[in-house]
Amino acid sequence: MTDLTQSNLTQKEVRERIESRLASRHRKEKIFRGFGIASIAFGILAVVVLFTDIISKGSSAFVQTDIELKVTYDPDTLGIDTVDDESLAWANFDAVIRNALRERFPDVSGRRDKRELYSLVSNGAGFELRERLQQNPELLGKTETLWFNADDDVDTYVKSLSKSEEGFLGRTSEQKAGWIKSLLATGELEKRFNTTFFTNGDSREPEQAGIRAALMGSLFTLLVTLALSFPIGVAAAIYLEEFAPKNRWTDLIEVNINNLAAVPSIVFGLLGLAIFINFFELPRSAPLVGGLVLTLMTLPTIIISSRAALKSVPPSIREAAMGMGASRMQVVLHHVLPLAMPGMLTGAIIGMAQALGETAPLLMIGMVAFIVDVPHGITDPSTVLPVQIFLWADSPERAFVERTSAAIMVLLAVLITMNTCAVWLRKKLERRW
Amino acid sequence: MQTPTLFALLLLLILVAYGTGFSRAIAAARSGGGVRSLASLPSYYGVHTALWCGLPALIILGCWLIFDDAIIRAMVMGAIADKPESIAGQNLLYAQIQNLAAGNLVGNVTPQLQDAAAHLTSLRESGRWMQTALILILSIGLGAYAFLRISPEMRAREKVEKVLRIILLACACAAIFTTVGILLSVLFESLRFFQSVPVTEFLFGLHWSPQMALRADQVGSSGAFGAVPLFTGTLLVSAIAMFVAVPVGLMSAIYLAEYAGKKVRSVAKPLLEILAGVPTVVYGFFAALTVAPFIRDLAQSMGLQASSESALAAGLVMGVMIIPFVSSLSDDVINAVPQSLRDGALGLGSTKSETVRKVVIPAALPGIVGGVLLAVSRAIGETMIVVMAAGLAANLTANPLESVTTVTVQIVTLLVGDQEFDSPKTLAAFALGLMLFISTLILNFIALHVVKKYREQYD
Repeated sequence: MTDLTQSNLTQKEVRERIESRLASRHRKEKIFRGFGIASIAFGILAVVVLFTDIISKGSSAFVQTDIELKVTYDPDTLGIDTVDDESLAWANFDAVIRNALRERFPDVSGRRDKRELYSLVSNGAGFELRERLQQNPELLGKTETLWFNADDDVDTYVKSLSKSEEGFLGRTSEQKAGWIKSLLATGELEKRFNTTFFTNGDSREPEQAGIRAALMGSLFTLLVTLALSFPIGVAAAIYLEEFAPKNRWTDLIEVNINNLAAVPSIVFGLLGLAIFINFFELPRSAPLVGGLVLTLMTLPTIIISSRAALKSVPPSIREAAMGMGASRMQVVLHHVLPLAMPGMLTGAIIGMAQALGETAPLLMIGMVAFIVDVPHGITDPSTVLPVQIFLWADSPERAFVERTSAAIMVLLAVLITMNTCAVWLRKKLERRW
Repeated sequence: MQTPTLFALLLLLILVAYGTGFSRAIAAARSGGGVRSLASLPSYYGVHTALWCGLPALIILGCWLIFDDAIIRAMVMGAIADKPESIAGQNLLYAQIQNLAAGNLVGNVTPQLQDAAAHLTSLRESGRWMQTALILILSIGLGAYAFLRISPEMRAREKVEKVLRIILLACACAAIFTTVGILLSVLFESLRFFQSVPVTEFLFGLHWSPQMALRADQVGSSGAFGAVPLFTGTLLVSAIAMFVAVPVGLMSAIYLAEYAGKKVRSVAKPLLEILAGVPTVVYGFFAALTVAPFIRDLAQSMGLQASSESALAAGLVMGVMIIPFVSSLSDDVINAVPQSLRDGALGLGSTKSETVRKVVIPAALPGIVGGVLLAVSRAIGETMIVVMAAGLAANLTANPLESVTTVTVQIVTLLVGDQEFDSPKTLAAFALGLMLFISTLILNFIALHVVKKYREQYD
């Protein structure tokens, strides 16, 4: 620009020079804008690909292939005379299932063929029968028709049939596929809603694996986290925002909070392992320790958002209360805190969502254990939903892929609900001054 | 009395203390001319009594719960004449005694063990009695003391507020305790690690294979703890992530702040923020099962060798994860650039993109750099994506198609499962944790400093 104004050019020449460059400048403008749009499109594309990938992999896990069998609680096959806890523990329920299968396919003979026939039904079917007989002892000696979970290979094959004509056989033999097709034709094999997925704990057998134990573990862990981090975080925020004198100590606290907010989560896991488990000897794999670790991790988030909420309360409120003779503590507890509460709650929900999705620090404190039983308290060994996802993602069975994706869908659904709640709460309750 | 019962009883006592304090204050006021003659509102007298009754007892109870196991153990072990010298042996012996006391069968029960178990049971019994007596005496005694001191002249509110303030301060100090806790826990174990493996070997060694020999003469028994392959692996993955996240994040922030209308902004921004809310384990699953096979097939169709766990897959997905982080930080700093700078540039005839490139970005540069540094520290500390998608092989390579391992992956692999805290293999994880903590701390410190300094410039 400077050379244009300083040299002795006529106005016409100046205009020509500017116009000659105008086209390329406008082109650059368009390219730049295009880059911007492309970046946003890339981001949104990533969201879409991620979600469609997981939903397409996982939605099939919400149905499960079940198989209908006519079982006879024959005392001879079971090897018991009466129904009591001791005899049930030894009773041979698998034989009942096997008999039912043989009855359905009477012309199967030979060891190998029979073994293949038995593998149509899940290994857990015997346990289901035992529970049913335990609850209804009068069934002994009678016959009834029940639905059982099919084996995961059968499940995978049946689900793949809907995608292509011949389906994915995998470990399933042609003979077995024939049986499956004949069962399908008579309606004795059916895809039903997968309740097992929501009522069972972890299992090595995909068709028996569920997320109940992990969900309860997550719930207990979150409860501990919430009970500790919300009061402590709010108290810290109140002190820093309303009472703290400007001195080195306060500065030190603030620097610490800002740094902790950016410390990698796995380092909190190391802290939990060294201090809570090694030093204080708290139980491993327990939601208590998980909650403590996540408390330390989410505290900075909660403190920072609570401070923002306190800051948004206008000083006039404080001055008015002060003018009426309230002490500083009364000003804060009676006037500022209730007005800042919606903002604080929003921050707490976001902090909890962060804690719910966290995996790495919990690996360090032993929450990777294989948990079948649903935990009943904060000191029972348990795992959490993200860790369960991590464990299943490592399993080689094909049927675990869809269960992992389904668990991810459940986790994402909970997280989206929490975040929507936070947004709704902010819109509904927060006042603009 | 069991601890939960004791705890419930204590809560009840606190409630009673509040009630009696409250009513005594009113009774005291009645003789002297009504509630107005009290120095504070009656409820403050109640809270004051409740605090005296509950707070010291709760603190003592907490300390008791933390230390009683260690003290009982020391007393039981002290009474045993010939105990094993090694710590592991002592742990085993104590576990046996505990099992015996709990009524479980253990291998061969010697009379000595029997005595020790009986000793343990009696100590626990008397400990519980002492605990109950101490807590109850303390809470009732101090509660009664506060109750008797209630008079219209006593400034209960000021006392209560002082205690509340101290509690608030203690909560604020939690952040400091956490930092100190992190430092102490990683530092101590790291120092123990550096006793067996020299610092220089750890920092500059090129070979990482953390095995420890079970027997002295085992083949290939010498573990190697050279962490350079881990550092380069971490840097490689983080660099790929930054290569994705910085341009995309920055450009989308610029577009949203400078070009997009209100409608586009209100749709696109929350959509991008979704990426920030997705748990890392989900990204890990996505990287390992979708992106990594895709990249492997793509590379093979182009005739390249690619392993199924590649640095590229982990880095790409990590980059996607960090996009919203970079974009929201850049968005903040771009919006903080005064409008007058833009108006000036536009007034001189520059196009919008020239304004952005030559005026807004240079003005916002320190903030953007700070944001990018924070993003780098996130990438370095990210764990689940690399654990699931980057692999375990400690390759010293710059080829993004090969599998690499990172600091965080090794921490997880070394520490998941049962650990013994006297082997360098376990302690190495803490040394790696120390490196991670220090490097992210430095990055954060610089970043926060840069951002803060920049903010002051335009405020």
